Amino acid sequence: MKTDEVSLDVEGVSVVYPNGHQALSDASFRLGAGTICALVGVNGSGKSTLFKSIMGFVNPTAGRVRIHGMPVKESLKKHLVAYVPQSEDVDWQFPVSVWDVVMMGRYGAMNFMRIPRAADKRLVEESLRRVSMWEFRDRQIGELSGGQKKRVFLARALAQGGRVILLDEPFTGVDVKTEEAIIGLLHELRKSGAIIFVSTHNLGSVPEFCDQVVLINRTVLAYGPTAEVFTAQNLAAAFGGVLREFQFERSTIQSHDGRAVTVLSDDERPLVFGKDGHLEYMDRGKHEELLRKRREEHE
Amino acid sequence: MTEFLQSLTVPFQYDYMIRAIWVSALVGGICGFLSPFVTLKGWSLMGDALSHSVVPGVVIAYIFGFPFVLGAFIAGLLAAGAMAFIRAQSRIREDATIGIVFTSFFALGLVLISLFPSGVDLKTILYGNILAIADPDILQVVGISAVTLLVIGFKWRDLMLYCFDPNQARSLGLKAGALHITLLALLAATCVAALQAVGAILVLAMLITPGATAYLLTDRFGTMMWLSAAFGVATSLAGAYASYYINGATGGCIVTLQTLVFLAAFVFAPKRGMLASRRAIRACSGVLGEINQPRMNGHEL
Repeated sequence: MKTDEVSLDVEGVSVVYPNGHQALSDASFRLGAGTICALVGVNGSGKSTLFKSIMGFVNPTAGRVRIHGMPVKESLKKHLVAYVPQSEDVDWQFPVSVWDVVMMGRYGAMNFMRIPRAADKRLVEESLRRVSMWEFRDRQIGELSGGQKKRVFLARALAQGGRVILLDEPFTGVDVKTEEAIIGLLHELRKSGAIIFVSTHNLGSVPEFCDQVVLINRTVLAYGPTAEVFTAQNLAAAFGGVLREFQFERSTIQSHDGRAVTVLSDDERPLVFGKDGHLEYMDRGKHEELLRKRREEHE
Repeated sequence: MTEFLQSLTVPFQYDYMIRAIWVSALVGGICGFLSPFVTLKGWSLMGDALSHSVVPGVVIAYIFGFPFVLGAFIAGLLAAGAMAFIRAQSRIREDATIGIVFTSFFALGLVLISLFPSGVDLKTILYGNILAIADPDILQVVGISAVTLLVIGFKWRDLMLYCFDPNQARSLGLKAGALHITLLALLAATCVAALQAVGAILVLAMLITPGATAYLLTDRFGTMMWLSAAFGVATSLAGAYASYYINGATGGCIVTLQTLVFLAAFVFAPKRGMLASRRAIRACSGVLGEINQPRMNGHEL
């Protein structure tokens, strides 16, 4: 594997489908090595089209995508791009075991007949152990829980050794514990210099684990560090009135409630902005530096 | 007793029976190997369509005296191409597209047969006539089988990945388009071979039933492929053999046997069978029953 740093450049990409639908126009951004970046936008904003252009499934009508400085086709041949599909896109009744699925990540590197060598088997075992799914290696994939299913496909991306890893809605149908385990693993991958690009609806989780954000709606509206891009104003532009708000000022919460207010949500984490419109995080223990800075500014 | 044993070996005294039996077994075997791909890819309707679409090709081949395999194969690929074209250029759904194309091809076949009555017998195409199969035709079937087995033998893992997760295949730099066409060509080729054994109407059974049966019995693709091929060979052997005593309808005998094996798996399969899932449901509700019971008895009241 190359030790030099991977990069993902999307340069003025436009995609028009044969039926005349313009899915993306002039989308540009750049990601450097070692990042977890969220791709955020409403349904139909071109998220999946952008993913497809990065994987070479659709050819941009204008502009280009470069991975590690190479055209997409070349980078695919080097197995640089790994993809973790949305759960709904997988046939869970297919007669393959956990082991078989993770081994599919190695196909690109195998010989003509795809007969696994010792090195392939070792990588598959390593990947399965990293996501703590080694004990389940002989299970048929339909016999796993939602979180386990996600981890199997993550293990496949690990076994493939992709340096650009695309994840499509990785946290839907996943319990909180697995979510944390997956986030932990993504942090490790970031440290090793990979680019993790996550398409998600789950706004509240973005500040918790993504250091960068690309906001799109048919084109790239904004991109950069989460704290700069994830503002109430930018999100309003990206979602155009689709978001629901709960403003404490206008609610029945009174001053005697103080800060002892609990916010519950179903699948998604809530996204919370403070008084000046800055992002609030779930766990103050992890953000002491930020707290200190804000306190000083306030005083 | 010896008389009974002797009567069992009677079919083997006839050359045409021996030929019918081994050619059927060969066809059953390659259909069996391909069957898991067709059933898991959801191409059942596609298989039916191709088996009917090859008819005009066969008729034209007979009229002009070139190998029927060639005519059938070209007609099959033309039909597949027509389906892809209509789907890409219009808003018509896939099942409607398939329906339109294969009935058009089949109708064209019927028109050609009635225009050139001496060329070929309609019944042979529709129901097959393996007992009267000619040597050149056997050679064609053997050729198709050899190519199919070679391709599956070398490329089954790629084809499996393509059926399971075409996006992963593409993102690994595999040529998904080529795999799609390979699978389609194999399907068309086996349709042509099976046409001889069971005829256009029952080809679909040879391509679906063994795979569906094996699917009920295993959770591993490799095992499924071997099981499916074994069912294909065994039922075709036995069906062709039995047809001697029932006097005719080889295709009917083979497919009826396959259905019986399928039904047995459907009911008795150890994990995915009807009885097994009933047992599993009962075991589950038994546990629930125990939990619910105290409350039902009103302990909390």
